[in-house]
Amino acid sequence: MAAVPLGHYLTLAATLFTIGVFGIFLNRKNVIVILMSVELILLAVNINFVAFSVALGDLAGQVFAMFILTVAAAEAAIGLAIVVVYFRNRGSIEVEDINLMRG
Amino acid sequence: MSVELFVFWMLALVAVASAVLVISAKNPVHSVLFLILCFFNAAGLFVLIGAEFLAMVLVVVYVGAVAVLFMFVVMMLDINFVRLREGFLNYLPIGGLVGLVLLAELVLVGASWALKEPAIAAAPATAELDNTRALGRVLYTEHFLVFQIAGFVLLVSIIGAIALTLRERVGVKRQDIARQVHRRPAETLVLERVEPGKGV
Repeated sequence: MAAVPLGHYLTLAATLFTIGVFGIFLNRKNVIVILMSVELILLAVNINFVAFSVALGDLAGQVFAMFILTVAAAEAAIGLAIVVVYFRNRGSIEVEDINLMRG
Repeated sequence: MSVELFVFWMLALVAVASAVLVISAKNPVHSVLFLILCFFNAAGLFVLIGAEFLAMVLVVVYVGAVAVLFMFVVMMLDINFVRLREGFLNYLPIGGLVGLVLLAELVLVGASWALKEPAIAAAPATAELDNTRALGRVLYTEHFLVFQIAGFVLLVSIIGAIALTLRERVGVKRQDIARQVHRRPAETLVLERVEPGKGV
């Protein structure tokens, strides 16, 4: 941490977070790429947590980064299961087709 | 520029470039591969900062499980990717605007905010203890509730994913052990004496 300042890590995390949000806007039709963008966002949050954890000398940040990792894995599993079920029923995964609940 | 700073720039640049390619690649398979590259670079950054255990967990969990899961789903579903790309450029201006505003806000906040000394360093990462050992010491004592909740989240996601994707298919010939065991010879076997020259 001595050689690389904290701001570098925070800027990198901010950039990755922005790319993730941008990806959600850009790929409005493809659910799988949207899920990948969410993974990017969670990765950016993890980088923030770890950078602060090392900068402050407090390991709680790394523990919570691990917790986020768990939640990200669970989210990916559930999200992809929903995609598979949806594709099995409708034969398409376009976000615009997902409007059955609209009434 | 020190060696560490140079390594940081290399890893960070590749991570950002591969993240851009994740969201802009035409083929989702390439997206998944660039996601893996991005995760590897993030793991390298974690090693650089001194969080080796999280780097290993990142490689094992993200690359080994999540990215493979994505790859599996992308390849399993027969999707018309060309149709999914339609309207790609329609969302570029609004998405770019939102992204730029968000990035500017984050960078401004980061630049204007000075890091103070922590009030309480709850569990300092000491020099004589390596990262994994120190993390284990706080994980199983101080943050044990978080650890258990993480396990519970994983359990719920396992049950949810299985319950969502399990389906009972009709018309499938399947072995039913109980029925096989309960068959009696009297129900299924008929012995007939066939007279010579007459047939059954």
